Amino acid sequence: MKPQTLILVVDDEPQIRKFLRISLNAHGYGVTEAGRGEDGIRKCALETPSLVVLDLGLPDLDGLQVVRRIREWSEVPIIVLSVRATEQDKISALDHGANDYVTKPFGVGELLARVRVALRLREEALPDASDIAVGDLIIDFAQRRVRRDGADIKVTKKEFEILRLLAKNAGRVVTHQQMLREIWGPAQEDDTHYLRIYVGHLRQKLGDDSANPRYIENEPGVGYRLMA
Amino acid sequence: MAPENDRPTPDALLDEARNESRGKLKIFLGAYPGVGKTYSMLQAAHERRKEGLDVAVGVVETHGRAETEALLRDLEILPRVQITYRGRMFGEMNLDGLLARNPKLAIIDELAHTNVIGSRHEKRHQDVEELLAAGIDVYTTLNIQHVESLNDVITRISRIQVRETLPDKVLELASEIELVDLPPDDLIQRLRQGKVYVPEQAGRAIRNFFSKGNLTALRELAMRVAAERVDAQMVNYMRAHAIPGPWPAQDRLLVCINESPVSKRLVRTARRMAERSRIPWICVHVRTPTYDTLSEVAKGRIAEAMRLAESLEGEVVVLHAESRIVEELLAFSLKRNVTRMLIGRERRRNWSAWFRESVTQQILDKATQFEVTVISGDDTEGAKESISGGSLIPDGTPRDYVIATGAVAVATGIGVAAKYSFAFSNIALLLLIAVLLVAINYGRWPSFFASVLSFLVYDFVFTRPYYTFSIFDKSEVFTIILFLFASFIVGNLADRLRLQVAAMRTSAQRTSTLYEFSRKIAAAASLDDVLWAAVHHVASTMESSALVLLPNSENRLLIAAGYPPEDQLDMKDWGAAEWAWTNGKPAGWRSDTLPAADWLFLPLKTRRGAVGLLGVSFKQRNQPLTSEQWRLLEALVGQVAIAVERTNLASDIEEARVFTQTEQLRSALLSSVSHDLRTPLVSIIGSATSLSSYGDTLSDENRKQLVQTILDEGERLNRFVQNLLDMTRLGYGALQPKREWADMREITGRAIKQLRKVLGGRRVTLNVPETLPAIFVDPVLIEQVVANILDNAAKYTKADGRIIIEAQQVNNDLLLRITDDGPGIPPNARESVFDIFYRVRAGDGQAAGTGLGLSICRGIVEAHGGQIKAKDGPNGQGAVIEFVLPLTALPHMPDVADEIDHKKKTGKFSETADSYSGRR
Repeated sequence: MKPQTLILVVDDEPQIRKFLRISLNAHGYGVTEAGRGEDGIRKCALETPSLVVLDLGLPDLDGLQVVRRIREWSEVPIIVLSVRATEQDKISALDHGANDYVTKPFGVGELLARVRVALRLREEALPDASDIAVGDLIIDFAQRRVRRDGADIKVTKKEFEILRLLAKNAGRVVTHQQMLREIWGPAQEDDTHYLRIYVGHLRQKLGDDSANPRYIENEPGVGYRLMA
Repeated sequence: MAPENDRPTPDALLDEARNESRGKLKIFLGAYPGVGKTYSMLQAAHERRKEGLDVAVGVVETHGRAETEALLRDLEILPRVQITYRGRMFGEMNLDGLLARNPKLAIIDELAHTNVIGSRHEKRHQDVEELLAAGIDVYTTLNIQHVESLNDVITRISRIQVRETLPDKVLELASEIELVDLPPDDLIQRLRQGKVYVPEQAGRAIRNFFSKGNLTALRELAMRVAAERVDAQMVNYMRAHAIPGPWPAQDRLLVCINESPVSKRLVRTARRMAERSRIPWICVHVRTPTYDTLSEVAKGRIAEAMRLAESLEGEVVVLHAESRIVEELLAFSLKRNVTRMLIGRERRRNWSAWFRESVTQQILDKATQFEVTVISGDDTEGAKESISGGSLIPDGTPRDYVIATGAVAVATGIGVAAKYSFAFSNIALLLLIAVLLVAINYGRWPSFFASVLSFLVYDFVFTRPYYTFSIFDKSEVFTIILFLFASFIVGNLADRLRLQVAAMRTSAQRTSTLYEFSRKIAAAASLDDVLWAAVHHVASTMESSALVLLPNSENRLLIAAGYPPEDQLDMKDWGAAEWAWTNGKPAGWRSDTLPAADWLFLPLKTRRGAVGLLGVSFKQRNQPLTSEQWRLLEALVGQVAIAVERTNLASDIEEARVFTQTEQLRSALLSSVSHDLRTPLVSIIGSATSLSSYGDTLSDENRKQLVQTILDEGERLNRFVQNLLDMTRLGYGALQPKREWADMREITGRAIKQLRKVLGGRRVTLNVPETLPAIFVDPVLIEQVVANILDNAAKYTKADGRIIIEAQQVNNDLLLRITDDGPGIPPNARESVFDIFYRVRAGDGQAAGTGLGLSICRGIVEAHGGQIKAKDGPNGQGAVIEFVLPLTALPHMPDVADEIDHKKKTGKFSETADSYSGRR
């Protein structure tokens, strides 16, 4: 019997902790709770959870600081809970090491999906996988090809890079800045219009309808997510 | 100044209070030089220092006396500031240095000293006033002969005219006057011992000045001044504390002045008399139509006398009368309960004194119920001017004389012709007409010339023997002499008339310019318009440059308007402006403060205080302003101040109106919000409590439905809260779109997904092609717009209704249109449907929601620079809401440019493109 995966929930609202505990337990996860940032950090060190669900609006510490401090000694996946219209906070959290985010108020299903992705990516963290399957796409890193149902889909060099980065983080959000930084270089970190064009092309080639995307989802103001 | 009853007078109380925070002035007063004022002052300074007070010396004149210099040794002396004037260096007191040093007590010698040009103030007493205002105590010295109101008395006593005078109000500033006394005998002895500083005037004057009789008189005067001062302090104290005392009777003094030079002396005398009896006094000038014929100098004298009266704290009144000066004066005096009158009697040396009773005589005759004092004018004070106006110096250009000659010639010609054609003999009339015409148009001197010429012509051409200058007939001689007189009188009258007409014309012109200004200002709506009209008006009326300075939000002065448009003022002008603003008094060119500046600044005073400054600068700066110009300037300042105040008040009213409106909006919002927040909560709490209490007894289906209700209503509440937040941010103007490049199709898709549940079974058609250009917008906000419109459409359509979403590029905009097949929007509601409370006003019976949604759409769309409107659906059925957003050109991206072109042309991507940018 595998040891139960432990998830640390850090949120100052007892009601939120309650429904999270109930839902996560129902899905087989163990839950430990903290109501303040300092407690959260301490518990993270003491109980070594497999994942942390962290609210950004804590009373004692800035959520960002919690992320930073945990990241000083741990790579544990962190999913942050944030309010709409605070995109900058989300981006900062992601830049400082958080893995994903969920916007409040959220459906529990959305959170669970993100939790699964984060845990999977953690386990599967193989830097040099030769290919990845996402939905019905197969992305072949070695040969730099994308295939669906056996047929090749022609993509440009850059588009492939984009797809690869998204695929390596399948299911998790990748910020615009991160994509630009890794594919074009740090000097191009602000050229989001470039990115838009390329992703648009990529979507078209993959046959993805932007109104109803199947593969690449846009999180406005934050980044892109390859749906897994 | 006179007490009215037994209550403590507010003025006295105010004085006491005000004096608390100001520095205290102590004057060491002496009757003559050499009593040892400076010495006493320095001794007192040492005492204070021993007591531990922070003492600094601003300026002390030792005049080489060793004992005085010895006293200076231990005191801190501030170095003087060197000012160059006309090539010479002058050391003046360093006022700014002293203000910065901020001692508790400053020692400043010679209060009546005049500063050299280039100093901030014209007189040292003004420097001292600034120090007092800054809270610094001052010790100073003063000789009795410098006091303004005593000036003429002392001049007569000592026969030396002292020009550096000090206004009496400075004496009143002093909280303490210490009389430094030395009996005349002792002084004369010291003089002999060489211990006294000798004034500038040398020789006989000194002997006269330092005669025992002279010194005694001066000493008595000084003692009286000191005693009066003590008395005044006592009275003030008693008034402030409502101590009943033997108040003198309620008298009032009136002094009547005119253009004669004795007016200033009258004013000073009036003040002394009023002071001594502690009664109020009024200075009156009766203005008749002949005022306009006075010379500038005469008018100046009147203005100066009135200004002097004001500075000596008298009330100044100008009465207007046609000709009955005395009646007007007496009526006024009765009305104001005057009991004593002071008038002057000048020696009229012109011939009109024979014919008319002088004003003085009339007053003495008629003013029987007043106590009348008459002061005789001094012969030496008379000016060589005829009082009835007009100078005795011939004026007129050569051209005028030529024309005069011409006029006479023409008249002669006509006369001769008339004589020969019909024996016309009344040539005098013709010549008289010529003289009259010349007088009316060219003035009195050309007309005198014409008179003399006519006289000669009359003699030569028209009296027998003709064409000689001799006259046979004696009666003719008489005629001709009468003619000369008549023509002189006519000339004089016509000239007077001409001057009066000219004066009236100027006055009418001035009135019409002022009126014009009022009209322009009344029409001007914004402050800028008002200011522009103001400077334009001032500049053209005063024939100068004009500008208006207003304080900005940090209370720093900025040039708000100027004509001609002027951006720069140099340092000394700014200095004058700052001073005028801080102290609320005029400063700059020709004023008491910083007169070396090019610009003159006048505070714009309204009832709320000064609102700004008006600055004027004349091209001709060597001429002082005439009294007429001063009056005009003062009138203009008043008008501009009122205009500025009016716009300020108007904007205040507007603010208040907006505030009220906002308040109304806020209260309406509160009431609707509470309704709309509660409604979903009702369902949520209701469903949850049902589940909690009766959950086991419910069927699975019902339980699922209740749970679904909780979820749906929760989401609805979430959308409502989001709308509310956006509304608040819109209200504060804080809705700043965070723009990024976005795709309309993607945004629309997300909105549809967001409202999936609300849309339910309705058919939604999406006609938004991928090929539309990218838009530079805040995607979250635009998604909100689309979602709100869809929400609205869903509310008004049936459960199986149809909603069509289309987008297309129209010129430089992107248009999005959402059509539904509901009941449509009535024509008169198409505008107001975007107003905040449209739905609320429409009453219940409609689907819930505050109707905030559409107004938020408008706010967001307009914040992006777009427009939104509501229309009829196709064939008049259903409703259409569409909005446009301006397109921004994509920044140039070299490596994708080809791609984009290709895509535009073919609608597809080039299959072979493999853009290698070379960047990594």
